[in-house]
Amino acid sequence: MRIRAHSDTCVGAGRCFLAAPELFDQSDDDATVVVLVDQVAGVHLEKARDAVDDCPTRTLYLTEQ
Amino acid sequence: MTEAPDITASPEPPSYPMRRTCPYEVPDGYRELRERPAPGKVRLPSGKLAWAVTRYEDVKAMLGDNRFSSDLRHPGFPLLMDHQVPAPEFSTSLVGMDPPEHTLARRAVASDFTPRSVERLRPRVQEIVDEYVDRLMEGPRPADLVDAFANPVPLLVICELIGVPFDDRDFFLRISFTVMNATTPEAGARGMAELMGYMDKLVTDKEREPTDDVIGRLAARRGEPGVPDHRDLVAMAFMLLMAGHETPANIIGLGAMLLLDRPDLRKALRDDPSRWPAAIDELLRFFTIAEIGNSRVALADVELGGVRIGAGEGVLGLTVGANRDPERFPDPDVFDIDRVDRRHLAFGHGAHQCLGQHLVRIELEVALATLFARIPELRLAEPVEALRFKEEHVNYGLHALPVTW
Repeated sequence: MRIRAHSDTCVGAGRCFLAAPELFDQSDDDATVVVLVDQVAGVHLEKARDAVDDCPTRTLYLTEQ
Repeated sequence: MTEAPDITASPEPPSYPMRRTCPYEVPDGYRELRERPAPGKVRLPSGKLAWAVTRYEDVKAMLGDNRFSSDLRHPGFPLLMDHQVPAPEFSTSLVGMDPPEHTLARRAVASDFTPRSVERLRPRVQEIVDEYVDRLMEGPRPADLVDAFANPVPLLVICELIGVPFDDRDFFLRISFTVMNATTPEAGARGMAELMGYMDKLVTDKEREPTDDVIGRLAARRGEPGVPDHRDLVAMAFMLLMAGHETPANIIGLGAMLLLDRPDLRKALRDDPSRWPAAIDELLRFFTIAEIGNSRVALADVELGGVRIGAGEGVLGLTVGANRDPERFPDPDVFDIDRVDRRHLAFGHGAHQCLGQHLVRIELEVALATLFARIPELRLAEPVEALRFKEEHVNYGLHALPVTW
């Protein structure tokens, strides 16, 4: 699966970065999400699913393509 | 109760807010609302009705859905009392905004509140906490932990954040205390006018000579997208004070009370201090001291939790109940520092999720861990049953916590 982020909704709450810094970072300018890993599987997929569920603004999503 | 109450058989909706009768338990009325087949309505002090959403998944869905607005001036917004409608000249700062305007404004300040940015404040938070533990230990016994520790520590952290000069801090502490604890509306209004006057001067000084703090950095970026103008920056400084003072102070007080009441938890945390962050999140979930910020007004007809909420109707996201939802948190009424699921709603959810959440976690951890490490013989000077709680306030907490050692 691939992690994607809608660019227009993120408010930089930083919960994805806090929970999975190996998958996500935050922009220095406005704190919006930077997805570090494109394809995820196994443990990373589980962490990505949690991050999607926890994202306050529904910015993150998973997709097959 | 063995079966869900029949809504049609109940002519008068329950009143909101509901008072806690025990600091460790949510009001019975929350369970009754949650056990209904679908969200129902409650009556506000204003006399108006609002939908009450109490299940974890429904509250989360509501707060994450932009069809529910935070516009405090919308005629359908579920304010507790009608006189709380903000005056036209009053800036509601981030709190009253909706996307996309809110998104830009929040991003303008968000980089100062990331986990990475607030981690840089940890040494200064530690200094502040150590100073107040020193004062506590030098002072008389018994002492009121709320007055001597829980209240001043977050205020000093706010001073760091918004850049209140050292020489102004005694004044700032005094005037903030006056506003928070005013016994008459007149005293409250006078204190508020004085505080707003101070904030205006603080912002003006930073506009002339930008300083290295949240407000100073914004003042230096005037004109950029989302960056507040003078009036909105004064309102933001005020909002940071309001949100960043009483809420952490209340959790420090309640958290200290719970840990003083539970020697087993104190021992577990002393034996393994790496468990503090999980314990802090469990404190946040367990006490969920504020939920009024999760009120919204529907801008369209929305299906939520099995009901149709009409455009213009008010909705309350009752996170106090949602954080005790057994469908999300097994044994929700048990305080469990080994709870794996830390995705509680104590900071809200959606675009307005608490801006200061990462700073608050550090503040609470440093405050409580330092307090118990430095005064291991700390104990309650009065039993929990004798303590006085802020049952009438929108933010739950302790009026005083007498301790000795």
